[in-house]
Amino acid sequence: MKVKQLSVFLENREGRLMEVTKILGKSGVNMSAYFVADTSEFGILRVIVSDPEKAFNVLREAGFTVRLSDVVCLSCPNHPGALSLALEILAREEIFIEYMYAFSSGESANVILRPTDVDRCIDVLQKNQMELVSASELYKF
Amino acid sequence: MIWNEPIECASRSEIEAIQSERLVETVKRVYHNVPSYRKKMQEKGLVPDDIKSVADLSKLPFTVKKDLRDNYPFGLFACPMSEIVRLHASSGTTGKPTVVGYTRKDLNTWAEVVSRALSMAGVRKSDFVQVAYGYGLFTGGLGIHYGTENLGASVIPISGGNTHKQIQLMQDFGSTVLACTPSYALYLAEVMEEMNVKPQDLKLRIGIFGAEPWSENMRKEIERKLGIKAIDIFGLSEVIGPGVACECEYQEGLHINEDHFIPEIVDPVTLEPLPRGSVGELVFTTVTKEGIPLIRYRTRDLTRLNYEKCQCGRTLVRMEKCTGRSDDMLIIRGVNVFPSQIESVLFEMAETAPHYLLIVEREGTLDTLTLMVEVQEQFFSDEVKKLQDLRKKITAKIHSVLGVSVDVRLVEPKTIERTAGKAQRVIDKRKI
Repeated sequence: MKVKQLSVFLENREGRLMEVTKILGKSGVNMSAYFVADTSEFGILRVIVSDPEKAFNVLREAGFTVRLSDVVCLSCPNHPGALSLALEILAREEIFIEYMYAFSSGESANVILRPTDVDRCIDVLQKNQMELVSASELYKF
Repeated sequence: MIWNEPIECASRSEIEAIQSERLVETVKRVYHNVPSYRKKMQEKGLVPDDIKSVADLSKLPFTVKKDLRDNYPFGLFACPMSEIVRLHASSGTTGKPTVVGYTRKDLNTWAEVVSRALSMAGVRKSDFVQVAYGYGLFTGGLGIHYGTENLGASVIPISGGNTHKQIQLMQDFGSTVLACTPSYALYLAEVMEEMNVKPQDLKLRIGIFGAEPWSENMRKEIERKLGIKAIDIFGLSEVIGPGVACECEYQEGLHINEDHFIPEIVDPVTLEPLPRGSVGELVFTTVTKEGIPLIRYRTRDLTRLNYEKCQCGRTLVRMEKCTGRSDDMLIIRGVNVFPSQIESVLFEMAETAPHYLLIVEREGTLDTLTLMVEVQEQFFSDEVKKLQDLRKKITAKIHSVLGVSVDVRLVEPKTIERTAGKAQRVIDKRKI
Protein backbone atom coordinates (compact mmCIF):
# COMPACT_ATOMS: atom_id res chain seq x y z
CA MET A 1 0.00 0.00 0.00
CA LYS A 2 2.96 2.30 -0.42
CA VAL A 3 2.53 5.38 -2.50
CA LYS A 4 5.39 7.09 -4.36
CA GLN A 5 5.84 10.72 -3.61
CA LEU A 6 8.06 12.93 -5.70
CA SER A 7 10.14 15.54 -3.86
CA VAL A 8 11.92 18.37 -5.59
CA PHE A 9 14.60 20.54 -4.03
CA LEU A 10 14.03 24.19 -4.73
CA GLU A 11 16.22 27.15 -4.12
CA ASN A 12 14.31 30.21 -3.13
CA ARG A 13 14.42 31.65 -6.61
CA GLU A 14 11.76 33.17 -8.75
CA GLY A 15 9.97 30.91 -11.19
CA ARG A 16 11.21 27.56 -9.94
CA LEU A 17 7.77 26.28 -8.91
CA MET A 18 6.35 27.36 -12.21
CA GLU A 19 9.10 25.52 -14.08
CA VAL A 20 8.34 22.25 -12.31
CA THR A 21 4.64 22.41 -13.09
CA LYS A 22 5.34 23.43 -16.67
CA ILE A 23 7.66 20.47 -17.25
CA LEU A 24 5.18 18.05 -15.70
CA GLY A 25 2.30 19.51 -17.68
CA LYS A 26 4.18 19.23 -20.97
CA SER A 27 4.99 15.62 -20.20
CA GLY A 28 1.35 14.81 -19.55
CA VAL A 29 1.91 14.09 -15.88
CA ASN A 30 -1.05 14.94 -13.71
CA MET A 31 -0.73 16.02 -10.10
CA SER A 32 -3.15 14.94 -7.42
CA ALA A 33 -1.43 16.50 -4.43
CA TYR A 34 0.99 19.41 -4.26
CA PHE A 35 2.67 20.71 -1.15
CA VAL A 36 5.62 23.02 -0.53
CA ALA A 37 7.70 22.91 2.63
CA ASP A 38 9.69 26.07 2.92
CA THR A 39 12.54 27.34 5.04
CA SER A 40 14.28 30.67 4.85
CA GLU A 41 16.98 29.20 2.62
CA PHE A 42 15.27 26.64 0.42
CA GLY A 43 12.04 24.78 -0.25
CA ILE A 44 11.01 21.21 -0.87
CA LEU A 45 8.14 20.55 -3.21
CA ARG A 46 6.24 17.33 -2.58
CA VAL A 47 3.86 16.04 -5.21
CA ILE A 48 1.77 12.97 -5.83
CA VAL A 49 1.62 12.46 -9.56
CA SER A 50 -0.02 10.15 -12.07
CA ASP A 51 3.32 8.73 -13.23
CA PRO A 52 6.04 9.05 -10.61
CA GLU A 53 8.82 7.42 -12.66
CA LYS A 54 8.18 9.58 -15.66
CA ALA A 55 7.95 12.73 -13.56
CA PHE A 56 11.19 11.81 -11.83
CA ASN A 57 12.99 11.37 -15.15
CA VAL A 58 11.75 14.49 -16.89
CA LEU A 59 12.54 16.69 -13.91
CA ARG A 60 15.95 15.16 -13.52
CA GLU A 61 16.72 15.74 -17.14
CA ALA A 62 15.72 19.35 -16.67
CA GLY A 63 18.36 19.64 -13.94
CA PHE A 64 16.20 19.41 -10.85
CA THR A 65 17.23 17.51 -7.77
CA VAL A 66 14.45 15.01 -7.28
CA ARG A 67 13.75 12.07 -5.09
CA LEU A 68 11.10 9.41 -4.93
CA SER A 69 10.11 8.34 -1.46
CA ASP A 70 7.52 6.00 -0.05
CA VAL A 71 4.57 7.50 1.76
CA VAL A 72 1.28 6.19 3.02
CA CYS A 73 -2.08 7.52 1.90
CA LEU A 74 -4.83 7.19 4.43
CA SER A 75 -8.41 7.71 3.48
CA CYS A 76 -10.50 8.96 6.32
CA PRO A 77 -14.12 10.07 6.46
CA ASN A 78 -14.60 13.76 5.96
CA HIS A 79 -16.08 14.55 9.35
CA PRO A 80 -14.89 16.00 12.68
CA GLY A 81 -12.58 13.80 14.73
CA ALA A 82 -11.81 11.30 11.98
CA LEU A 83 -8.19 12.29 11.53
CA SER A 84 -7.74 12.52 15.25
CA LEU A 85 -8.76 8.89 15.62
CA ALA A 86 -6.16 7.77 13.08
CA LEU A 87 -3.42 9.83 14.70
CA GLU A 88 -4.30 8.46 18.12
CA ILE A 89 -3.67 4.95 16.85
CA LEU A 90 -0.31 5.95 15.40
CA ALA A 91 0.71 7.76 18.58
CA ARG A 92 -0.24 4.75 20.70
CA GLU A 93 1.87 2.50 18.49
CA GLU A 94 4.73 5.02 18.54
CA ILE A 95 4.81 5.57 14.82
CA PHE A 96 6.76 8.76 14.22
CA ILE A 97 5.48 11.00 11.45
CA GLU A 98 8.13 13.16 9.70
CA TYR A 99 5.49 15.22 7.98
CA MET A 100 1.98 14.95 6.59
CA TYR A 101 -0.50 16.81 4.48
CA ALA A 102 -4.12 16.25 3.67
CA PHE A 103 -6.65 17.11 1.02
CA SER A 104 -10.38 16.42 1.13
CA SER A 105 -12.72 15.72 -1.73
CA GLY A 106 -16.40 15.12 -1.03
CA GLU A 107 -17.13 12.34 1.41
CA SER A 108 -13.57 11.48 2.29
CA ALA A 109 -10.20 13.09 2.83
CA ASN A 110 -6.82 11.77 1.81
CA VAL A 111 -3.99 12.17 4.25
CA ILE A 112 -0.45 11.70 3.04
CA LEU A 113 1.77 10.47 5.86
CA ARG A 114 5.54 10.27 5.78
CA PRO A 115 6.39 8.02 8.73
CA THR A 116 9.92 7.07 9.69
CA ASP A 117 8.92 3.44 9.33
CA VAL A 118 6.60 3.12 6.35
CA ASP A 119 6.00 -0.64 6.62
CA ARG A 120 5.06 -0.60 10.26
CA CYS A 121 2.80 2.37 9.74
CA ILE A 122 0.86 0.51 7.03
CA ASP A 123 0.67 -2.55 9.24
CA VAL A 124 -0.67 -0.67 12.23
CA LEU A 125 -3.25 1.26 10.25
CA GLN A 126 -4.53 -1.83 8.50
CA LYS A 127 -4.77 -3.81 11.72
CA ASN A 128 -6.91 -1.02 13.08
CA GLN A 129 -9.26 -1.16 10.09
CA MET A 130 -8.16 2.17 8.72
CA GLU A 131 -8.73 2.65 5.04
CA LEU A 132 -5.66 3.18 2.92
CA VAL A 133 -5.58 4.43 -0.63
CA SER A 134 -3.50 2.39 -3.04
CA ALA A 135 -1.05 3.96 -5.40
CA SER A 136 -3.03 3.00 -8.49
CA GLU A 137 -6.17 4.62 -7.14
CA LEU A 138 -4.40 7.73 -6.01
CA TYR A 139 -2.50 8.33 -9.24
CA LYS A 140 -5.82 8.32 -11.11
CA PHE A 141 -7.14 11.43 -9.40
CA MET B 1 59.41 62.64 17.84
CA ILE B 2 61.72 60.40 15.84
CA TRP B 3 62.63 57.30 17.87
CA ASN B 4 65.89 56.45 16.10
CA GLU B 5 66.91 59.52 14.14
CA PRO B 6 70.32 58.30 12.87
CA ILE B 7 68.62 55.40 11.12
CA GLU B 8 65.22 56.85 10.27
CA CYS B 9 66.72 59.96 8.71
CA ALA B 10 69.84 58.36 7.20
CA SER B 11 70.83 59.05 3.61
CA ARG B 12 70.13 56.45 0.96
CA SER B 13 73.80 55.50 0.74
CA GLU B 14 74.03 55.10 4.52
CA ILE B 15 70.94 52.87 4.55
CA GLU B 16 72.24 50.81 1.65
CA ALA B 17 75.59 50.34 3.38
CA ILE B 18 73.83 49.01 6.50
CA GLN B 19 71.56 46.80 4.42
CA SER B 20 74.47 45.41 2.39
CA GLU B 21 76.53 44.52 5.42
CA ARG B 22 73.59 42.83 7.14
CA LEU B 23 72.44 41.05 3.99
CA VAL B 24 75.86 39.47 3.47
CA GLU B 25 75.81 38.18 7.05
CA THR B 26 72.25 36.89 6.78
CA VAL B 27 72.95 35.02 3.54
CA LYS B 28 75.96 33.34 5.14
CA ARG B 29 73.94 32.36 8.16
CA VAL B 30 71.04 30.84 6.28
CA TYR B 31 73.34 29.08 3.81
CA HIS B 32 75.20 27.37 6.61
CA ASN B 33 72.33 26.81 9.05
CA VAL B 34 69.19 26.16 6.98
CA PRO B 35 69.31 23.18 4.59
CA SER B 36 66.32 24.39 2.59
CA TYR B 37 67.98 27.76 1.80
CA ARG B 38 71.29 26.10 1.00
CA LYS B 39 69.57 23.73 -1.41
CA LYS B 40 67.72 26.58 -3.12
CA MET B 41 70.92 28.60 -3.50
CA GLN B 42 72.82 25.61 -4.81
CA GLU B 43 70.10 25.04 -7.39
CA LYS B 44 70.79 28.55 -8.63
CA GLY B 45 74.53 27.92 -8.52
CA LEU B 46 74.98 30.51 -5.76
CA VAL B 47 77.43 30.56 -2.88
CA PRO B 48 77.33 33.17 -0.09
CA ASP B 49 80.29 35.03 -1.60
CA ASP B 50 78.18 35.87 -4.65
CA ILE B 51 76.16 38.24 -2.48
CA LYS B 52 78.27 41.32 -1.83
CA SER B 53 75.66 44.06 -1.47
CA VAL B 54 71.95 44.87 -1.81
CA ALA B 55 72.57 45.16 -5.53
CA ASP B 56 72.92 41.35 -5.57
CA LEU B 57 69.60 40.80 -3.78
CA SER B 58 67.75 39.89 -6.97
CA LYS B 59 70.07 36.93 -7.54
CA LEU B 60 68.65 35.16 -4.49
CA PRO B 61 65.76 32.68 -4.66
CA PHE B 62 62.32 33.64 -3.37
CA THR B 63 60.66 32.28 -0.25
CA VAL B 64 56.91 31.70 -0.11
CA LYS B 65 54.44 30.77 2.59
CA LYS B 66 54.51 27.17 1.39
CA ASP B 67 58.20 26.96 2.31
CA LEU B 68 57.26 27.69 5.92
CA ARG B 69 54.56 25.02 5.83
CA ASP B 70 56.82 22.48 4.16
CA ASN B 71 59.37 23.04 6.89
CA TYR B 72 56.82 22.98 9.70
CA PRO B 73 57.38 23.65 12.50
CA PHE B 74 61.01 24.73 12.93
CA GLY B 75 62.74 23.72 9.69
CA LEU B 76 63.58 27.26 8.59
CA PHE B 77 64.99 28.33 11.93
CA ALA B 78 68.58 29.47 11.61
CA CYS B 79 69.70 29.18 15.20
CA PRO B 80 69.79 26.45 17.85
CA MET B 81 66.38 25.97 19.52
CA SER B 82 67.96 26.85 22.84
CA GLU B 83 68.34 30.41 21.54
CA ILE B 84 64.61 30.72 20.77
CA VAL B 85 62.74 32.53 23.52
CA ARG B 86 59.32 32.98 21.91
CA LEU B 87 57.16 31.27 19.31
CA HIS B 88 54.27 32.75 17.40
CA ALA B 89 52.13 31.16 14.72
CA SER B 90 49.65 32.16 12.08
CA SER B 91 46.04 31.11 12.52
CA GLY B 92 46.94 27.89 10.67
CA THR B 93 43.81 27.98 8.65
CA THR B 94 45.02 25.60 5.96
CA GLY B 95 45.95 22.86 8.35
CA LYS B 96 49.45 23.60 9.45
CA PRO B 97 50.11 27.03 10.87
CA THR B 98 53.23 28.92 9.91
CA VAL B 99 55.49 29.12 12.92
CA VAL B 100 57.98 31.83 13.67
CA GLY B 101 60.60 31.84 16.41
CA TYR B 102 62.30 34.79 18.05
CA THR B 103 65.63 34.95 19.80
CA ARG B 104 66.20 37.49 22.56
CA LYS B 105 67.77 39.78 19.97
CA ASP B 106 64.79 39.33 17.64
CA LEU B 107 62.41 40.39 20.41
CA ASN B 108 64.55 43.47 21.02
CA THR B 109 64.50 44.26 17.30
CA TRP B 110 60.74 43.84 17.27
CA ALA B 111 60.27 46.13 20.29
CA GLU B 112 62.57 48.65 18.57
CA VAL B 113 60.62 48.71 15.31
CA VAL B 114 57.28 48.93 17.11
CA SER B 115 58.62 51.80 19.24
CA ARG B 116 59.64 53.58 16.05
CA ALA B 117 56.19 52.90 14.57
CA LEU B 118 54.36 54.20 17.62
CA SER B 119 56.57 57.30 17.68
CA MET B 120 55.79 57.91 14.01
CA ALA B 121 52.10 57.70 14.91
CA GLY B 122 52.64 60.32 17.59
CA VAL B 123 52.59 58.11 20.70
CA ARG B 124 54.61 59.49 23.63
CA LYS B 125 55.75 58.23 27.03
CA SER B 126 52.81 59.92 28.68
CA ASP B 127 50.26 57.96 26.65
CA PHE B 128 47.98 55.14 27.78
CA VAL B 129 47.90 52.53 25.03
CA GLN B 130 44.91 50.22 25.06
CA VAL B 131 46.00 47.11 23.17
CA ALA B 132 42.83 45.51 21.84
CA TYR B 133 44.60 43.22 19.40
CA GLY B 134 44.40 39.57 20.39
CA TYR B 135 47.12 38.31 22.70
CA GLY B 136 48.41 34.83 22.00
CA LEU B 137 49.93 33.06 19.04
CA PHE B 138 48.83 36.00 16.90
CA THR B 139 51.62 38.60 16.81
CA GLY B 140 49.34 41.64 17.06
CA GLY B 141 48.81 41.88 20.82
CA LEU B 142 52.25 41.02 22.17
CA GLY B 143 54.02 42.89 19.36
CA ILE B 144 52.36 46.21 20.17
CA HIS B 145 52.59 45.45 23.88
CA TYR B 146 56.38 45.20 24.08
CA GLY B 147 56.91 48.05 21.66
CA THR B 148 54.76 50.25 23.89
CA GLU B 149 56.64 49.24 27.01
CA ASN B 150 59.93 49.83 25.24
CA LEU B 151 58.76 53.32 24.32
CA GLY B 152 57.84 53.95 27.92
CA ALA B 153 54.12 54.54 27.52
CA SER B 154 51.60 52.69 29.71
CA VAL B 155 50.14 49.50 28.27
CA ILE B 156 46.56 48.46 28.95
CA PRO B 157 46.76 44.81 27.81
CA ILE B 158 43.02 44.19 27.46
CA SER B 159 43.32 42.00 24.31
CA GLY B 160 40.44 41.67 21.83
CA GLY B 161 36.71 41.44 22.50
CA ASN B 162 34.78 42.36 25.62
CA THR B 163 33.57 45.54 23.98
CA HIS B 164 31.67 47.08 26.88
CA LYS B 165 34.65 46.64 29.14
CA GLN B 166 36.91 48.19 26.51
CA ILE B 167 34.75 51.30 26.54
CA GLN B 168 34.49 51.28 30.32
CA LEU B 169 38.28 51.17 30.74
CA MET B 170 38.77 53.82 28.06
CA GLN B 171 36.69 56.11 30.23
CA ASP B 172 38.08 55.04 33.62
CA PHE B 173 41.77 54.84 32.67
CA GLY B 174 41.71 57.70 30.20
CA SER B 175 43.21 55.67 27.34
CA THR B 176 44.77 57.98 24.77
CA VAL B 177 45.78 55.40 22.15
CA LEU B 178 43.74 52.51 20.81
CA ALA B 179 45.45 49.64 18.99
CA CYS B 180 43.20 47.12 17.20
CA THR B 181 41.92 46.13 13.78
CA PRO B 182 40.16 48.96 11.93
CA SER B 183 36.90 47.01 11.76
CA TYR B 184 36.95 46.50 15.50
CA ALA B 185 37.55 50.22 15.96
CA LEU B 186 34.41 50.93 13.97
CA TYR B 187 32.50 48.38 15.98
CA LEU B 188 33.70 50.02 19.19
CA ALA B 189 32.45 53.33 17.85
CA GLU B 190 29.02 51.82 17.19
CA VAL B 191 28.76 50.34 20.66
CA MET B 192 29.86 53.66 22.11
CA GLU B 193 26.97 55.31 20.33
CA GLU B 194 24.59 52.72 21.79
CA MET B 195 26.04 53.35 25.25
CA ASN B 196 25.74 57.08 24.65
CA VAL B 197 29.46 57.60 25.16
CA LYS B 198 30.72 60.52 23.09
CA PRO B 199 34.26 61.04 21.75
CA GLN B 200 34.56 64.07 24.02
CA ASP B 201 33.91 61.81 27.04
CA LEU B 202 37.16 60.02 26.16
CA LYS B 203 40.78 61.07 25.95
CA LEU B 204 41.51 58.99 22.85
CA ARG B 205 43.65 60.79 20.32
CA ILE B 206 45.42 58.14 18.22
CA GLY B 207 44.44 54.79 16.72
CA ILE B 208 47.03 52.22 15.61
CA PHE B 209 45.15 50.04 13.15
CA GLY B 210 46.29 47.12 11.06
CA ALA B 211 46.08 43.38 10.33
CA GLU B 212 43.44 43.81 7.62
CA PRO B 213 42.89 45.97 4.56
CA TRP B 214 41.04 49.22 5.07
CA SER B 215 40.29 52.15 2.89
CA GLU B 216 40.71 55.87 3.11
CA ASN B 217 36.94 56.15 3.53
CA MET B 218 37.04 53.81 6.46
CA ARG B 219 39.85 55.88 7.92
CA LYS B 220 37.76 59.04 7.62
CA GLU B 221 34.82 57.36 9.28
CA ILE B 222 36.89 56.06 12.19
CA GLU B 223 38.55 59.43 12.63
CA ARG B 224 35.20 61.19 12.64
CA LYS B 225 33.42 58.74 14.91
CA LEU B 226 36.16 58.41 17.49
CA GLY B 227 37.63 61.87 17.14
CA ILE B 228 41.15 60.51 16.65
CA LYS B 229 43.95 60.27 14.12
CA ALA B 230 43.82 56.78 12.57
CA ILE B 231 47.27 55.45 11.72
CA ASP B 232 47.92 52.44 9.49
CA ILE B 233 50.46 49.96 10.82
CA PHE B 234 51.73 47.10 8.66
CA GLY B 235 53.35 43.82 9.43
CA LEU B 236 53.20 40.12 8.90
CA SER B 237 54.14 37.46 11.37
CA GLU B 238 56.56 35.79 8.95
CA VAL B 239 58.60 38.98 8.72
CA ILE B 240 58.28 39.91 12.42
CA GLY B 241 54.72 40.98 13.17
CA PRO B 242 53.34 44.52 13.43
CA GLY B 243 55.96 47.21 13.06
CA VAL B 244 57.43 46.27 9.68
CA ALA B 245 56.08 49.61 8.49
CA CYS B 246 53.90 52.38 9.84
CA GLU B 247 52.47 55.74 8.86
CA CYS B 248 53.72 58.93 10.38
CA GLU B 249 51.47 61.86 11.27
CA TYR B 250 51.39 62.94 7.60
CA GLN B 251 49.68 59.67 6.60
CA GLU B 252 51.32 59.64 3.18
CA GLY B 253 52.53 56.07 3.01
CA LEU B 254 54.01 53.71 5.56
CA HIS B 255 57.67 54.06 6.49
CA ILE B 256 59.37 50.68 6.22
CA ASN B 257 61.99 49.84 8.83
CA GLU B 258 64.32 48.99 5.99
CA ASP B 259 67.47 48.63 8.04
CA HIS B 260 65.83 45.39 9.25
CA PHE B 261 63.51 44.48 6.38
CA ILE B 262 64.64 45.22 2.83
CA PRO B 263 61.65 45.73 0.54
CA GLU B 264 61.53 44.99 -3.17
CA ILE B 265 58.71 45.31 -5.67
CA VAL B 266 58.51 42.52 -8.22
CA ASP B 267 56.19 41.57 -11.02
CA PRO B 268 53.92 38.93 -9.42
CA VAL B 269 53.95 36.90 -12.65
CA THR B 270 57.51 37.13 -13.98
CA LEU B 271 59.01 37.80 -10.53
CA GLU B 272 61.36 40.33 -12.12
CA PRO B 273 62.15 43.40 -10.02
CA LEU B 274 60.15 46.39 -11.23
CA PRO B 275 61.43 49.95 -11.75
CA ARG B 276 61.07 52.33 -8.83
CA GLY B 277 57.54 53.65 -8.42
CA SER B 278 55.84 50.70 -10.12
CA VAL B 279 53.00 48.82 -8.46
CA GLY B 280 53.86 45.18 -7.86
CA GLU B 281 54.20 42.50 -5.25
CA LEU B 282 55.97 43.46 -2.07
CA VAL B 283 58.90 41.19 -1.17
CA PHE B 284 60.87 41.35 2.08
CA THR B 285 64.30 40.13 3.07
CA THR B 286 64.94 40.25 6.80
CA VAL B 287 68.55 41.12 7.53
CA THR B 288 68.78 41.11 11.32
CA LYS B 289 66.54 38.25 12.34
CA GLU B 290 68.24 35.26 13.96
CA GLY B 291 65.34 32.92 14.66
CA ILE B 292 63.80 32.72 11.24
CA PRO B 293 65.45 34.97 8.67
CA LEU B 294 63.53 35.17 5.42
CA ILE B 295 65.14 35.69 2.05
CA ARG B 296 62.99 37.46 -0.55
CA TYR B 297 59.72 36.53 1.11
CA ARG B 298 56.73 37.11 -1.17
CA THR B 299 54.01 38.88 0.83
CA ARG B 300 51.43 38.76 -2.01
CA ASP B 301 50.52 42.31 -1.07
CA LEU B 302 50.45 44.74 -3.95
CA THR B 303 51.86 48.21 -3.41
CA ARG B 304 54.49 50.68 -4.61
CA LEU B 305 57.49 52.29 -2.93
CA ASN B 306 58.31 55.96 -2.58
CA TYR B 307 61.95 56.84 -1.83
CA GLU B 308 61.41 60.59 -1.44
CA LYS B 309 62.14 62.20 1.88
CA CYS B 310 58.96 62.64 3.93
CA GLN B 311 57.71 65.91 5.40
CA CYS B 312 58.26 64.37 8.83
CA GLY B 313 62.00 64.32 8.12
CA ARG B 314 62.31 60.56 7.80
CA THR B 315 64.05 59.11 4.79
CA LEU B 316 62.88 55.55 5.37
CA VAL B 317 61.24 54.34 2.17
CA ARG B 318 57.45 54.52 2.21
CA MET B 319 55.02 51.90 0.92
CA GLU B 320 51.58 52.87 -0.24
CA LYS B 321 48.63 51.51 1.68
CA CYS B 322 48.16 48.04 0.16
CA THR B 323 45.79 48.10 -2.76
CA GLY B 324 45.22 44.39 -3.22
CA ARG B 325 46.73 40.97 -3.17
CA SER B 326 48.37 38.94 -5.84
CA ASP B 327 46.68 35.74 -4.77
CA ASP B 328 43.15 34.97 -3.77
CA MET B 329 43.56 35.26 -0.04
CA LEU B 330 40.76 37.10 1.66
CA ILE B 331 41.08 38.79 4.98
CA ILE B 332 37.83 38.42 6.86
CA ARG B 333 37.65 40.15 10.23
CA GLY B 334 41.42 39.86 10.47
CA VAL B 335 41.47 36.15 9.63
CA ASN B 336 43.16 34.93 6.47
CA VAL B 337 40.76 32.90 4.38
CA PHE B 338 41.71 31.02 1.25
CA PRO B 339 38.86 29.91 -1.01
CA SER B 340 40.81 26.69 -1.62
CA GLN B 341 40.21 25.74 2.02
CA ILE B 342 36.48 25.80 1.39
CA GLU B 343 36.99 23.60 -1.61
CA SER B 344 38.89 21.07 0.47
CA VAL B 345 36.14 20.98 3.09
CA LEU B 346 33.52 20.41 0.42
CA PHE B 347 35.64 17.72 -1.18
CA GLU B 348 35.77 15.92 2.13
CA MET B 349 32.01 15.93 2.44
CA ALA B 350 30.19 13.42 0.26
CA GLU B 351 26.93 15.34 0.46
CA THR B 352 28.08 18.39 -1.39
CA ALA B 353 29.63 19.14 -4.73
CA PRO B 354 32.95 21.00 -4.63
CA HIS B 355 31.32 23.79 -6.56
CA TYR B 356 30.69 26.82 -4.51
CA LEU B 357 30.46 30.53 -4.57
CA LEU B 358 31.67 32.67 -1.75
CA ILE B 359 30.14 36.08 -1.37
CA VAL B 360 31.88 38.56 0.86
CA GLU B 361 29.96 41.55 2.04
CA ARG B 362 30.42 44.16 4.67
CA GLU B 363 27.34 44.70 6.80
CA GLY B 364 27.90 47.82 8.80
CA THR B 365 31.45 47.31 9.96
CA LEU B 366 31.63 43.54 9.95
CA ASP B 367 32.55 41.31 7.05
CA THR B 368 30.07 38.57 6.31
CA LEU B 369 30.54 35.44 4.25
CA THR B 370 27.80 33.68 2.38
CA LEU B 371 28.65 30.34 0.89
CA MET B 372 26.48 28.88 -1.84
CA VAL B 373 26.87 25.12 -1.96
CA GLU B 374 25.35 22.64 -4.33
CA VAL B 375 23.59 19.63 -2.82
CA GLN B 376 24.53 16.31 -4.37
CA GLU B 377 21.48 14.64 -5.80
CA GLN B 378 21.91 11.37 -3.94
CA PHE B 379 21.91 13.18 -0.62
CA PHE B 380 18.84 15.21 -1.27
CA SER B 381 16.20 14.37 1.27
CA ASP B 382 12.47 14.98 1.21
CA GLU B 383 12.77 16.00 4.85
CA VAL B 384 13.48 19.60 5.73
CA LYS B 385 15.19 18.57 8.95
CA LYS B 386 17.80 16.48 7.17
CA LEU B 387 18.71 19.28 4.80
CA GLN B 388 18.91 21.72 7.65
CA ASP B 389 21.17 19.30 9.50
CA LEU B 390 23.37 19.10 6.43
CA ARG B 391 23.52 22.86 6.33
CA LYS B 392 24.53 22.99 9.99
CA LYS B 393 27.17 20.35 9.40
CA ILE B 394 28.73 22.32 6.56
CA THR B 395 28.61 25.52 8.60
CA ALA B 396 30.33 23.88 11.55
CA LYS B 397 32.98 22.24 9.42
CA ILE B 398 33.82 25.42 7.54
CA HIS B 399 33.96 27.30 10.80
CA SER B 400 36.39 24.82 12.32
CA VAL B 401 38.70 25.04 9.31
CA LEU B 402 38.45 28.73 8.51
CA GLY B 403 37.96 30.14 11.96
CA VAL B 404 35.21 32.43 10.71
CA SER B 405 31.50 31.84 10.51
CA VAL B 406 29.75 31.53 7.18
CA ASP B 407 26.13 31.63 6.18
CA VAL B 408 25.66 28.44 4.14
CA ARG B 409 23.00 28.41 1.44
CA LEU B 410 22.11 25.14 -0.19
CA VAL B 411 21.48 25.60 -3.87
CA GLU B 412 20.35 23.35 -6.70
CA PRO B 413 23.00 21.30 -8.46
CA LYS B 414 24.69 22.81 -11.50
CA THR B 415 23.44 26.28 -10.73
CA ILE B 416 26.87 27.62 -9.85
CA GLU B 417 28.60 28.77 -12.95
CA ARG B 418 31.28 26.50 -14.38
CA THR B 419 34.08 27.77 -16.52
CA ALA B 420 36.81 25.99 -18.37
CA GLY B 421 39.43 28.38 -17.08
CA LYS B 422 39.93 29.76 -13.63
CA ALA B 423 36.56 29.71 -11.96
CA GLN B 424 35.33 32.71 -10.14
CA ARG B 425 34.79 31.37 -6.67
CA VAL B 426 34.66 34.64 -4.81
CA ILE B 427 32.54 37.70 -5.20
CA ASP B 428 33.88 40.41 -2.97
CA LYS B 429 31.21 43.05 -2.60
CA ARG B 430 33.03 44.91 0.14
CA LYS B 431 33.78 48.50 -0.62
CA ILE B 432 37.08 48.93 1.10
